[in-house]
Amino acid sequence: MDTAYMTIEEARQKLRARTISSRELTGMCLARIRRYDGSLHAFLTVTEDEALSAADEADRRIAGGLDGPLLGIPVALKDLFTTKGIRTTAGSRIIGSYVPPFDATVVYKLKEAGAVIVGKTNEDAWGHGSSGENTDYEPTRNPYDTGRVPGGSSSGSAAAVASGMCLMATGTDTGSSVRLPAAYCNLVGLKPTYGRVSRYGIIPMASSFDTIGHITRTVRDNAMVLGVTAGHDPYDATTADVAVPAYVPKTTGTLKGVTIGLPKEYYGVEGMDPDVAKTIEDAVLVFKKLGAAVRQVSLPHTGAAMACYYILVPSEISSNLARFDGVRFGLGRDTFGPEAKRRIMLGTHTLSAGYYDAYYRKASKVRTLIRKDFADVFGTVDALLVPSSPTPPFRIGEKTADPLTMYLSDIFLCPMNIAGVPSLSVPAGFTRGLPVGMQLAGPQFSEPLLYKIGAAFEKETAYYNVHPEGF
Amino acid sequence: MDQQFEPVIGLEVHVELATRSKMFCGCSADYFGHKPNTDCCPVCLGLPGALPVPNRKAVEWCIMLGLALGCSIPEVSKFDRKHYFYPDLPKGYQISQYDQPLCIGGLLSIALPGGSAKPIRIRRVHMEEDTGKLLHETVDGRHVSLIDFNRSGVPLVEIVTEPDFCSVDEVDIYLKKLQEIVRYLGISNADMEKGSMRLEPSISMRKSQIPMTKSPKNPTSQDLKALPPYRVELKNINSFRFGRKALEYEIARQTEVLVRGEEPVQETRGWNEGKNMTVPQRHKEEANDYRYFPEPDIPPMQWRRSQISVLRSRIPELPDAKRSRFTKDYGLNAADAVRITERRQRADYFEEAVRVGRTLGAKAPVTPKQIANWLINRGIDTETVLPAELVKRIMEASEAVTVSDDDVDAAIQKAITDNPKAAADYKNGKEASLMFLMGQVRKQIAADPKLILTRLKELLANYSL
Repeated sequence: MDTAYMTIEEARQKLRARTISSRELTGMCLARIRRYDGSLHAFLTVTEDEALSAADEADRRIAGGLDGPLLGIPVALKDLFTTKGIRTTAGSRIIGSYVPPFDATVVYKLKEAGAVIVGKTNEDAWGHGSSGENTDYEPTRNPYDTGRVPGGSSSGSAAAVASGMCLMATGTDTGSSVRLPAAYCNLVGLKPTYGRVSRYGIIPMASSFDTIGHITRTVRDNAMVLGVTAGHDPYDATTADVAVPAYVPKTTGTLKGVTIGLPKEYYGVEGMDPDVAKTIEDAVLVFKKLGAAVRQVSLPHTGAAMACYYILVPSEISSNLARFDGVRFGLGRDTFGPEAKRRIMLGTHTLSAGYYDAYYRKASKVRTLIRKDFADVFGTVDALLVPSSPTPPFRIGEKTADPLTMYLSDIFLCPMNIAGVPSLSVPAGFTRGLPVGMQLAGPQFSEPLLYKIGAAFEKETAYYNVHPEGF
Repeated sequence: MDQQFEPVIGLEVHVELATRSKMFCGCSADYFGHKPNTDCCPVCLGLPGALPVPNRKAVEWCIMLGLALGCSIPEVSKFDRKHYFYPDLPKGYQISQYDQPLCIGGLLSIALPGGSAKPIRIRRVHMEEDTGKLLHETVDGRHVSLIDFNRSGVPLVEIVTEPDFCSVDEVDIYLKKLQEIVRYLGISNADMEKGSMRLEPSISMRKSQIPMTKSPKNPTSQDLKALPPYRVELKNINSFRFGRKALEYEIARQTEVLVRGEEPVQETRGWNEGKNMTVPQRHKEEANDYRYFPEPDIPPMQWRRSQISVLRSRIPELPDAKRSRFTKDYGLNAADAVRITERRQRADYFEEAVRVGRTLGAKAPVTPKQIANWLINRGIDTETVLPAELVKRIMEASEAVTVSDDDVDAAIQKAITDNPKAAADYKNGKEASLMFLMGQVRKQIAADPKLILTRLKELLANYSL
């Protein structure tokens, strides 16, 4: 087995068996970052010293017979995650030297679980983007084809896990930002139920859409991490007081009795790459073979989703970015990149007196209809299966000239954020040597079911064994 | 004032709640006199990623105030973001309430001089957060603006009236009454000088259509239609006195403009105490578009009737009710009842003293009227003098009053005659004998000790060995 591509599960076994130390594991990750990040640009900050001392501490705890769900596991954090004493840039220049005085709740929980933080990952600035190219720094490259994008906005997180620089990386998903990079990098990415994971300390994009997820190599690893991050947080009034189940044990079991819906609005659409369509069709056959019932369903308001999303999300963005005024920290507002400026202007417009009713209010009503679509469909099927993207990873620069084309990369992903339902992107295969992802969406708090379906597929196909060449 | 025009005034009053913690974080809400920027955290500093969690107590107090002002409490309420740029506003928006406030549609009746009452309609009572404070200072010879975020996030309740005031006096009466109610509820000191109660009046002038002697009891839609086409908002009012001066200034200024045949400009003006006048701050064209939208970080609030009933039951007896009870039960006149009930603590003290007076003064009861008189006229410090002590003093004083000077003199005379040695000792310079004689007098008679002492000395002076 290649140690660089160990799963968390395997690493935990080796750590506990003392056949590898956290220092060795962490050292290996740091070495790979040094070796490959000059070409991949997955990291904005590498916290070598902190990581090594955390690894040593983990080794001491392991030697002392202590355990923790992620004890000694090297992980990376998207640079929207506030880290005490560690620069947090949001991928932007405007707060390029901001060092927060506190940890996000999820960062705190990961540390408590024993995780070793190796660094902060690159991203589209503020989470605005689907390719990673909207970073105010060097765009991240896809390890499977460095001429292509890794997907965004959690671009660095996906590239880091896919290239063996860490075993897990966190992400945020407001419209696609965990699932698209996971799909483009042959990884498992979770967009949890809205309110399942605390947003406290995560630099917000659009507060009512933002979900805090993570990217792993396998479904079981993903479930293990959610067990750490999920739960009610007194510091986040939008977290739900819903018990956190043991997710890992749910990753087994038969798919007999599970009904998967294929929403017709997501299939046969214009711009759908035929090879991607074929890959998803093959995946459907696997599910049938595994015993799941598959049937066509409808989400009638899907056509309005993008318009709804691109009114409500910029509205909230314009508000959330208002605090970066250069008065107390950071640079002036002219330092915002073009995409942030575009969204601030859009959102300011849609909230303006005289336009609010036509835009924000109307889009809010559409949001209610889309939520109802999902609620209705989950009355008839257990989960939905849809492609994560109409195309495989696209080339760097291919869509930067036309923001609208870029926005449409998220067409299959953002409706789940509008509805607040969980969605898991899992590797569905490869086409022309590039990863293809598919997502499994379910009703609120159905993460255990999504893990069960994803794990069954993963066990059958094991695409996580396919690693990028040259890394 | 030109009799042709009368003022139309509406009020926005901000009251800072005296909760222990701030509106959306755990920092101390008591910032007065604290070192700048010592009561803050990521939330009230608006650091990226920090989230607001509403203070339950503050929301409950806001509802209690609304109920005390006769408002109804809608089942659903929510917070909204109000956007504007100012350096003391760390998030670039203030968390406030826009179209679904906690309390709506109240009524507060104010007593006008001459005994009539006028209802003032309360449009809404809502919850929001305070901003930081800008300090303009000279540091190392440079003029700088500093920001103190200790006040940032302190809970603020805003009470908005309809434009129902027709005079500065009415405004004054309303403010005093509102202040009393707030203090009775124990939710704020409502101290204008300390900034825990702030006033923003809107004032315009209209042609008097109503005879000056009669104000509208219940303003009708007709009156609302008659609102002038402009409105001047007044800011920077730090005391009742400034409020009165600013309004009086505006009445004169706007009347003058109207008499000239022009229409005053719609604008925001600030009171400048140095210049003793209001000065323009912002014109209508420069008005902010606050871009309100629902605060996505805080779920909407839902109230059950039972929750509202519990809050209603926590409202103490309010000044009006207490006053009519005090006049009825204790026979106080209206003026005394008002004075005694200005502060809840004083009213409670009074009632306690009345209770004590009934038991201690069983033989010669101390009347509520006497207690009220002492409280109002003798400047009793209710913090240090216990109610029982006050009753004792009143008893002593009233006993002293019932004893005539002749009785006192007779008693002194007897004491001297019975104790010639003591009298002689005193005359020979033995001061202690005076106190002995004093005791002999007080054995016979209960009178004001000061009076006894004075007369004793006088009689001894005339006493010959």
